[in-house]
Amino acid sequence: MTDKKTIKKSSLDDLFKKMMADGKRVLAPVRKGETVLFQEVDGYSAVAADYVQTTLSAKEALLPRCEEMMRFTTAQSTVSLEEGPAKPSPVVVFGVRPCDARSIAVVNAVYLKDYNDALYKEKSDSTTIIAVSCAKSDEYCFCTSVGGSPGSTEGSDILLTLIDGDTYLAEILTDKGKAVVSIAPALFAAAGSEVKEKHLADVPVQFDLGALEKKLPGAFDGAVWITQSLRCIGCGTCSYVCPACTCFDIQDETDGTRGMRFRCWDSCGFGQFTLHTSGHNPREVQSQRWRQRIMHKFSYQPDQLQVVGCVGCGRCSRACPVDMNILQHIKDIVEAR
Amino acid sequence: MQDKIIQKAKELLSGGAVQVVIGYGQGTGDRVRAIFIQKPEDAGRLIMDGRCVQNLAGYLMKHEVRALGRAAIVARMPVLRSIAQLMYEEQFKDSDVAVIGISDANELVDLPDLNALKEYVRANPLKLTPEEQAEVDRLDAMTREERWAFWMEETSKCIKCYACRASCPMCYCARCTVEVNQPQWISVPSHDLGNLEWHIMRAMHLAGRCVNCGECTRACPVGIPLRLLNQRIIADIADNFGEEEDYALAAFKPDDKEDFIR
Amino acid sequence: MAEFEPKIIAFVCNWCTYTGADLTGTSRIKHATNVRIIRLPCTGRIDFMLLMKAFARGADGVIVSGCHPNDCHYTSGNFHARRRWILFRSLLNFMGVDARRIIFSWVSAAEGAKWAEVVNTAVKEIRALGPYDEYKNLAPIRASWRTEHAG
Repeated sequence: MTDKKTIKKSSLDDLFKKMMADGKRVLAPVRKGETVLFQEVDGYSAVAADYVQTTLSAKEALLPRCEEMMRFTTAQSTVSLEEGPAKPSPVVVFGVRPCDARSIAVVNAVYLKDYNDALYKEKSDSTTIIAVSCAKSDEYCFCTSVGGSPGSTEGSDILLTLIDGDTYLAEILTDKGKAVVSIAPALFAAAGSEVKEKHLADVPVQFDLGALEKKLPGAFDGAVWITQSLRCIGCGTCSYVCPACTCFDIQDETDGTRGMRFRCWDSCGFGQFTLHTSGHNPREVQSQRWRQRIMHKFSYQPDQLQVVGCVGCGRCSRACPVDMNILQHIKDIVEAR
Repeated sequence: MQDKIIQKAKELLSGGAVQVVIGYGQGTGDRVRAIFIQKPEDAGRLIMDGRCVQNLAGYLMKHEVRALGRAAIVARMPVLRSIAQLMYEEQFKDSDVAVIGISDANELVDLPDLNALKEYVRANPLKLTPEEQAEVDRLDAMTREERWAFWMEETSKCIKCYACRASCPMCYCARCTVEVNQPQWISVPSHDLGNLEWHIMRAMHLAGRCVNCGECTRACPVGIPLRLLNQRIIADIADNFGEEEDYALAAFKPDDKEDFIR
Repeated sequence: MAEFEPKIIAFVCNWCTYTGADLTGTSRIKHATNVRIIRLPCTGRIDFMLLMKAFARGADGVIVSGCHPNDCHYTSGNFHARRRWILFRSLLNFMGVDARRIIFSWVSAAEGAKWAEVVNTAVKEIRALGPYDEYKNLAPIRASWRTEHAG
């Protein structure tokens, strides 16, 4: 049974300060020009208000755009590994949307399935997610069509839902969540009979996920991929803003006898993503890369990892420079005869 | 205006002059998006209004679009400039593309072939608007340290999605410098050096070629004002080399400025 | 504390400045030893990324030098290079990169003494500007892992 408490909005700054005093870094959405990005903050006042969705997802707390994997030195014929930087301090990510919190399951399915990726595991273990339910949505949102909801608790350690102007209902969902409460128990009060449902955004179900998953395997050779992706320009924006995209590239940088290995985001939208050393490219043209994006999320991942690779956050559609609207494209596929 | 474009598109398609018209149509919500009209009866979907700013010229180089046949393209001034530059770079033959040109004054321009387009572009040299120049000047007025801080802050948001590159009709290289790894010219990881090198390189490789359409800045998902870099170069080209050349960096004058050379 | 000794990379053309620098030596003219010369066929070949790589790898200053106008071995390589430099310097300055650290010169094969002067002046100026840590520390490999004898 979920432990339910309440916390006043005006207490959040105290909560932030207490978490920081406890040695945690607090990341929260911060407005920067027209974007809202997760950044380390030093108080609640820095947190952006009144937005539907952050520009980039909270994925970066677990899967940075560029992270050091190891460092090494070379001498004559030997290579020695060097001690890397100190372990990162524990992180609390505040203001994660429920769809983003759900996306962690997708990333886990890739990085913690048959092989525990040490870099990822370390961050995953030391990161606490304080999600905030959605009171607003927009035409790009479709979490409810892929199994989520604006108040979903999946993936969160604590879920906050604003139930009046100044009070959040706090669902304490995991041990990590309890640990946060224990840092500042006085800021939390016992919850009454409040329910969050009526305070949530209305996100209608837009398509039948089961029907889509059934349809995709037979659609591989269809013309739909070309029609849909004629305007796709082949950038990596959709993958990079996606909370559930997990592909990476490995880059070595050397300087004299020293070297560093980085893991960086990569995208199946890029022409070189599948380019072989031989020069052969199994996905030669953009329509094949677009097909891969949809197939991977809605067919291959459900098949192989038992998880849908999309949480319906709508970021890819919002960010796409050429208005590739994933929801519309999926609906077109489902409705095609 | 919109009606005239639709009419023109219909004519081109039904007469068989082109197999596809690349233009703007209804997108998500208030957005417009690129659409590819293949039948005369679909031409009515074409839209032309203030939202139609995406530079469509890049699509002329796209494999799947080329596979549709000869194209006509709805082209405002930046698109016309892009096509002229791409022709200069020998990416098209005259017969490859038909143009439905639209002037800055929002009038249909009759451009029967790409030579006419070239002449039209030459007659309308690229200039920054006073507002654009003012923004460049604003940065220029800062100290070097302030400008450094400004760009470090801006480029720190960069996630290396290369939307700036993909959206730019001038960035058509089969293998971009950032993908050349023997030697590794540009640091690929999205760290401070990798981001800065990328943006220096992008701006330099567009020097004299950028048409100031602003697509890079509109495409950037994290809002980096990339086009300022290109605009600085556009202003420098006008100031230092004048406007007579199609491509300022393929030309020179023996008396080009050299007060900085010892 | 010892005076700061800047590391300077000179990108020079094969036909004029490199030969000129050779003449500096054969003429027994001494100059500061802070400069490492990299010979390229022509100033037209000196890609701006070479300069940026030099800074990323620890250079405090860069010299770019080639044939005087009208003297290019390839007729116009230096004229084309000059146009690029005009735009490149302006762009760097616009981005807040310290363009004073890039010194351009024309040094002919007959100007051994001028090369010594270009080098000595450059060393003096870059020394006054100090190490270019602002740029070289952009790369994590430098910023978070400094060693004494890097690269």
